[in-house]
Amino acid sequence: MAKSILVVEDEPNIVLSLQFLMKKAGFDVRVASDGEQALAAVEDRAPDLILLDVMIPKRDGYDVCQTIRSNPDYGDIYIIMLTAKGREVDREKGIALGANDYVTKPFSTRDLTEKVKLLLQGAD
Amino acid sequence: MIPGWLIAVASLGYLTLLFAIAYYGDRRSDEGRSLILNPYIYAFSIAVYCTAWTFYGSVGLAARSGVGFLPIYLGPTLMFAFGWVVLRKIIRISKVHHITSIADFVSSRYGKSHVLGGLVSVIAVIGIMPYISLQLDAISASFNVLLNYPELSNSGSAIDLPLFGDTAFWVAVLLAVFSILFGTRHIDATEHHEGMVAAIAFESVVKLVAFISVGVFVTFGLFDGFGDLFARAAAEPTIAKLMTMEVVGAQWAPLTLLAMLAVFCLPRQFQVTVVENVDENHLNKAIWLFPLYLLLINIFVLPIAFGGLLRFPLGTVDADTYVLALPLAEGAPALALFAFIGGLSAATGMVIVATVALSTMICNDLIMPVLLRFAWLHLSEKKDLSGLLLAIRRGSIGFILLIGYLYFVLIGESYALVSIGLVSFAAAAQFAPAILAGMYWKGASHRGALLAISGGFLVWAYTLLLPSFALSGWLPAGFVERGAFGIELLKPYALFGLDGLGHISHALFWSLLVNVGTLVVVSLLDRQSMIERIQATLFVEVFRQGGTAGVGANIWQGSVSVSDLRSMAERFLGSERTHEIFAEYARNKQLDRPMAGNASGELVQFVERRLSGVIGAASARVMVASTLKGEGVGLEELMQILDETSQVLEYSRQLEQKSEQLEHASSELKAANERLTELDQMKDDFLSTVTHELRTPLTSIRSFSEILHDTPDLGLSERQHFLGIIIRESERLTRLINQVLDLTKIERGRMEWQMSDVDLAEVIDHAVSSMHHLFEEKNVTVDIRQPETIPPVRGDRDQLIQLAINLLSNAEKFCPGGNGRVEVALESGPKALTVSVADNGPGIPEHEQENIFEKFHQVRSDQTGNPMGSGLGLAICRGIVEHLGGRIWVRSKPGHGATFFFTVPFVKQ
Repeated sequence: MAKSILVVEDEPNIVLSLQFLMKKAGFDVRVASDGEQALAAVEDRAPDLILLDVMIPKRDGYDVCQTIRSNPDYGDIYIIMLTAKGREVDREKGIALGANDYVTKPFSTRDLTEKVKLLLQGAD
Repeated sequence: MIPGWLIAVASLGYLTLLFAIAYYGDRRSDEGRSLILNPYIYAFSIAVYCTAWTFYGSVGLAARSGVGFLPIYLGPTLMFAFGWVVLRKIIRISKVHHITSIADFVSSRYGKSHVLGGLVSVIAVIGIMPYISLQLDAISASFNVLLNYPELSNSGSAIDLPLFGDTAFWVAVLLAVFSILFGTRHIDATEHHEGMVAAIAFESVVKLVAFISVGVFVTFGLFDGFGDLFARAAAEPTIAKLMTMEVVGAQWAPLTLLAMLAVFCLPRQFQVTVVENVDENHLNKAIWLFPLYLLLINIFVLPIAFGGLLRFPLGTVDADTYVLALPLAEGAPALALFAFIGGLSAATGMVIVATVALSTMICNDLIMPVLLRFAWLHLSEKKDLSGLLLAIRRGSIGFILLIGYLYFVLIGESYALVSIGLVSFAAAAQFAPAILAGMYWKGASHRGALLAISGGFLVWAYTLLLPSFALSGWLPAGFVERGAFGIELLKPYALFGLDGLGHISHALFWSLLVNVGTLVVVSLLDRQSMIERIQATLFVEVFRQGGTAGVGANIWQGSVSVSDLRSMAERFLGSERTHEIFAEYARNKQLDRPMAGNASGELVQFVERRLSGVIGAASARVMVASTLKGEGVGLEELMQILDETSQVLEYSRQLEQKSEQLEHASSELKAANERLTELDQMKDDFLSTVTHELRTPLTSIRSFSEILHDTPDLGLSERQHFLGIIIRESERLTRLINQVLDLTKIERGRMEWQMSDVDLAEVIDHAVSSMHHLFEEKNVTVDIRQPETIPPVRGDRDQLIQLAINLLSNAEKFCPGGNGRVEVALESGPKALTVSVADNGPGIPEHEQENIFEKFHQVRSDQTGNPMGSGLGLAICRGIVEHLGGRIWVRSKPGHGATFFFTVPFVKQ
């Protein structure tokens, strides 16, 4: 069974590109465009990995990350944070809140795909 | 030769008439119909300046030195004609402070000092004594001339005749009685001796008429008018010499100055000019009437002098007696008797006023302070002190005339009349620096005045008084010739080698130099006490608008009941007068209830001032202080404490001010720092937000480019789709960069505005048509409503188009797809055009409406939660509108669309 990925992003064009990339890599992809949708989607069916944008409406990426990490049931979900904020503190904050990796926009599609594959394959 | 009894009867008859006038004057005053309430009587009373010295001595001086007598009259003329501002200020100050004498004036100015008042009194008595003895001398000498002519020898004085000593003595006694009768009827010295003033004015008339009569007799009786008289005088070489100025030369300036000072510093002149003044406006007439009087009485001085010199062989008759000798020699005894009465007027007038003035000083500034200090317990037992005050004054008058007589007997003979008068002038002049500085320089201090007057007086005594003793044989003659202790530099008539000035000018130079120098130097180095500062201010600023009555009222820190204050005042003023004074205060203050309880500081000060009118400022102060409760603190200490407290207060106020300034500066600094931090934060946020906004389209572009690059087998339609995204995101990126640049330019004022008159309707049309496709694509209808004519606005057309496009695209963005409606309306106001752009979108939540124009404040679509723009469009709109002088705002109800308004001012007509 294909690994499932939840893309949380509010910018439609970026969603489209991530969807395309992840499908191409052979993953099952779902999309959420704000924090609440994201948490609902996780509750509905926990994904193996979340590509989580930080600047999203309603509940931001940090909030979503923290909420997921506070639930032991979701302990094995990988989280990669995506952000347009390039500062080191932002990165540290993401890691501290339990993100597995942190990617700054604009990102290299190859690198991102490699990171996702590495995490999900290593889990097997 | 006139029989003695006739002279005696005429004299006594004249004095009786004088007394009748004085009595009548006082009666009229009591009835409230003052006799002296006119400027002419005031001016005539000031003419008491012309004494027997003028009457007899001027002629004598003219016979010796020509016009040398004139400076004595030039000085007062200058003082009244040009220095009346000074006189007016002295009068005003004295009225305000109920000044009773020149000693009181000086003492009051310099902190109500006993010591200073006493010093001035002593100097006045010593200095004026020769002058009084001079009058006694003149009366007895003139009596002698009438009695013995023509046997009279060439010696002007007949002091060696035993009869004469007696005559002068009886004259002194008679004058004492008159002075007492005239001068001490009332005790309130400020209550004006109206009878005395009336009598003095009458005397001035008599002496003027008498002198002019003699002058006319000589000029037109003995000679054929001025021309004849002067022609004959010029023919005599000895007399002709007198008509040149060489005789007096360098003496003129110093003598004129001396007379200028004397005319207000002599105690009797201060008395008539200042203390007895009933109306300040009288001075306006006196400033020309008095000089006119001086002119008239001097017209015939030279004719009489020359007439005497022509008529009598040189040296046979003393020139000081020409006024009497000429009528006698020419068989006009009645005129001679009239002239004698004129001389008597001049002498008695001076003596009466001088003794009254001096007795006031002796009583108020010498005796009372001492009695109040050392014998206070005895005085406190007395219910009524007014009797004591009168007794002291009467005793003083007797005492003054007694020592005047003694001076006459022991010393007087060695001096010519003129010299004696000038010696007194020079003594009185020592008060001038302290008085003048006191009125115009607040810094003049008590210590400065005390040392200055003392120093000036000592120099005066050394250079004028002691030599007169030496000439009389009281001191060894070598004192004058070789100087004290045989030291050349200390020769009293040539101090430190200064020779050739004349005794008077020499003494005046040194004494005033010491006096003024000391006053200035000591005052500058000194620190004034509080009461000194208060008095200095009150004196110097006496004319200040609004008055200074309230100043100093609060220096009385103790409390005193109204009844205690009243009973204290009664002891000096009597119950009737006290009642009047308290009633006057209540009337002035418009109090409808009788005063009770503790007296206000103002009432205490009021009573103190009225009391100073009776016993002088310094004594009044002691009396009031003695009634104040809380005597644990003495007055001096109290003043010191107040002084120190005020210094500490001053110091701490300065400190406080400084720390306030520091605090202010530091809070300003803090605010600036906060503002800087804020700006820094804003710059940070701006950069971070800009970066974020740039990264987003960049992310799409890069991702799809890489996808296209890495996926060669991509289908054509998908390829086209992705390329379209790349193109649109590139456009977005470009737009964003432009907006950031525009906003930065607007914010920093670097935007180049192409200002012109703009038709805003045309601008709207242009904007709408340029967005035509966008609206059609989303099926949005656009309505434009506008008046038929609209005036042009002032603005930059391109920027206004940009503004309209921003608002229209915002409206388009928020309109629901399919049935969107955008309404644009233009409306003319009085000064500006208002444009509104309304959509039927979801509207803007109320909490967002305020922040919506801030940069990077993005409104997200409720449905998608996506940001709808860069967050810069509205910020740019606001920048444009505000630059053009308009306003931009939004009205919206969530669910019912939003309407953006902006205004642009019309072109100014």
